[in-house]
Amino acid sequence: MSRKIAPPDPRGMDYLEIRGLTVDFDGFKAVDGVDVTLLQGQLHFLIGPNGAGKTTLVDAVTGLVSGSGHATYRGHQLLGMKSHQIVRAGVGRTFQTATVFEELTVLQNLDIAGGVHRSAWGMLRARRGVPDYVASALETIGLTDLADRPAGVLAHGQKQWLEIGMLLVQDSKVMLLDEPVAGMSAEERAETGELLRRIGTERTIVVIEHDMEFVRQYADIVTVMHAGKVLTEGSVADIQADPRVQEVYLGRTAEGAEHA
Amino acid sequence: MNGRAGQLLKASAPLLGIAALALLLLVVAPAVLTQFRLNNLGKYCCYAIAAVGIGIAWGRGGMLVLGQGLFFGIGAYAMGMHLKLEASEATGGVPDFMLNFGSGALPAWWEPFRSGPFTILAIVVLPAVLAGLLGFAVFKRRIKGAYFAILSQALTVAFAALLVSQIKYTGGQTGLNSLRSFFGYNLYDPANKQMIYFISAGLLIAALLVTYQLYRSRFGELLVAVRDAEERVRFLGHDPANIKVVAFVAAAVMASIGGAMFVPLAGLINPREVNALASIMLIAGAALGGRASLLGPAIGALAVGFGRTYLSESFPEQWTYFLGAMFILVILFIPNGLASVIPRLWARRRERETAPVPTQQPEPEVAA
Repeated sequence: MSRKIAPPDPRGMDYLEIRGLTVDFDGFKAVDGVDVTLLQGQLHFLIGPNGAGKTTLVDAVTGLVSGSGHATYRGHQLLGMKSHQIVRAGVGRTFQTATVFEELTVLQNLDIAGGVHRSAWGMLRARRGVPDYVASALETIGLTDLADRPAGVLAHGQKQWLEIGMLLVQDSKVMLLDEPVAGMSAEERAETGELLRRIGTERTIVVIEHDMEFVRQYADIVTVMHAGKVLTEGSVADIQADPRVQEVYLGRTAEGAEHA
Repeated sequence: MNGRAGQLLKASAPLLGIAALALLLLVVAPAVLTQFRLNNLGKYCCYAIAAVGIGIAWGRGGMLVLGQGLFFGIGAYAMGMHLKLEASEATGGVPDFMLNFGSGALPAWWEPFRSGPFTILAIVVLPAVLAGLLGFAVFKRRIKGAYFAILSQALTVAFAALLVSQIKYTGGQTGLNSLRSFFGYNLYDPANKQMIYFISAGLLIAALLVTYQLYRSRFGELLVAVRDAEERVRFLGHDPANIKVVAFVAAAVMASIGGAMFVPLAGLINPREVNALASIMLIAGAALGGRASLLGPAIGALAVGFGRTYLSESFPEQWTYFLGAMFILVILFIPNGLASVIPRLWARRRERETAPVPTQQPEPEVAA
């Protein structure tokens, strides 16, 4: 039943490959032998009931918890690397609660994310003007008008966009987004979806999401996790037709899957 | 809104502040103060140099450096050793206390401090290396908050105890005194004393200029980011430990320079000037003035220095209670120091004057 994992594209498309990833918390396997290949140019959604191991999977790939198995990106074995090294290898993430630097301005928040482009000596110089990559990120996330406001005064949705903008500036080729639309209004969700589509063409974007409506609208491919394992993977239509998916969500399809 | 002009003013305000302080310290003070008061002001400048460093590490970096007396002491004793050797020509180049308590021979590790250039190098390099190693060991292990504060204070207590116990090498409780000259310049000559004051005040201004550049640099922004959300910084591709080490080293070097210049102004150095209490005094100055602002720590330290002199003249035993009470009151009621009071009053006045536009003023969070 489970769909075959697409082989890496021969045209040299970028991908992050996860094989046999296991995260063991003192005997409890939060992630248990997960195989998944994340391809560039597709909006890949990771869904599953609470405790399925979605965030732990992302934590393991980004160096926040240690896991065994393989997570390979452009020849780097990410497991065992430090968080900041993984970022420098091109794999970035956001968190469930948007964490921006509240006392710094929107512009400073974005600029600070550009450290990967700079030498140690360059760090000791003041910023002059707005670097191109910062200006284009501001444009992309639609916060140009708010560039000089402290990030602390931004609305919840804007903070999430700012975080995505920071990933753009730090040149993350793989973006792992943990519930980016949680708590957003309907319009904000739509804008976020469009934003992800725009930036997703040349990047590998993975979104952890609970909101099935959002998944239906924007997912190119969906991986369903349950109890630390991959239950199934496929298009939205495949997933919705799968009785096992309905089973794990049973009893909570109404509220649980809508927003947990 | 005259945004353009306002922005320009805002951008140059710190430099204007430094210029005003430079004018006061380098022109006004020497013209109006007596030799004795000017010399005292020089000592406060030394505290202020250390406090500027505390501003970097604590105010911007969030590291509660409760034991800067350690680095102040390293600089002070390095300078003290050189000056002591200068003053020991009469006793065959061996300090008097070594003749009294030790074997009468100069220990090998004292020998290089005969050289002036070596001493100056040591004043900068020793604290940098020590702070670098210490910072690396501590911050890589992600030790922070109160644990770091206790560690830094404990090191200072240990350092002061070591100075007291090793009387053969350090002069013990009495320390290094009867200093007579500063790199060949007689310390009793008023012209030389004034020159030493100018060097100290000048170094304070230099420290402020360095810090100004640090704060407006990308490193400065990153340091604030580390203070406010250290874990998040990892996901910008930086190891926060490295950023903290740089700030900690900068603070240590400034404390050491302050300590070094303190010695010719005081004419002596002893463990009481570098112990835990001295460390608290340094950090109290930074807290009073406003630890996260550029000029706050310097002005706060100058004020605490004045306060200490006047209070200890009238209450020699109790002045430390005043100091402690002030530290607590500042932390409780004006956690961002005096530097935060003026802009707040200013903003309130402007709010009242201009239309009733509700402006959102995010309260800066108190990072202990």
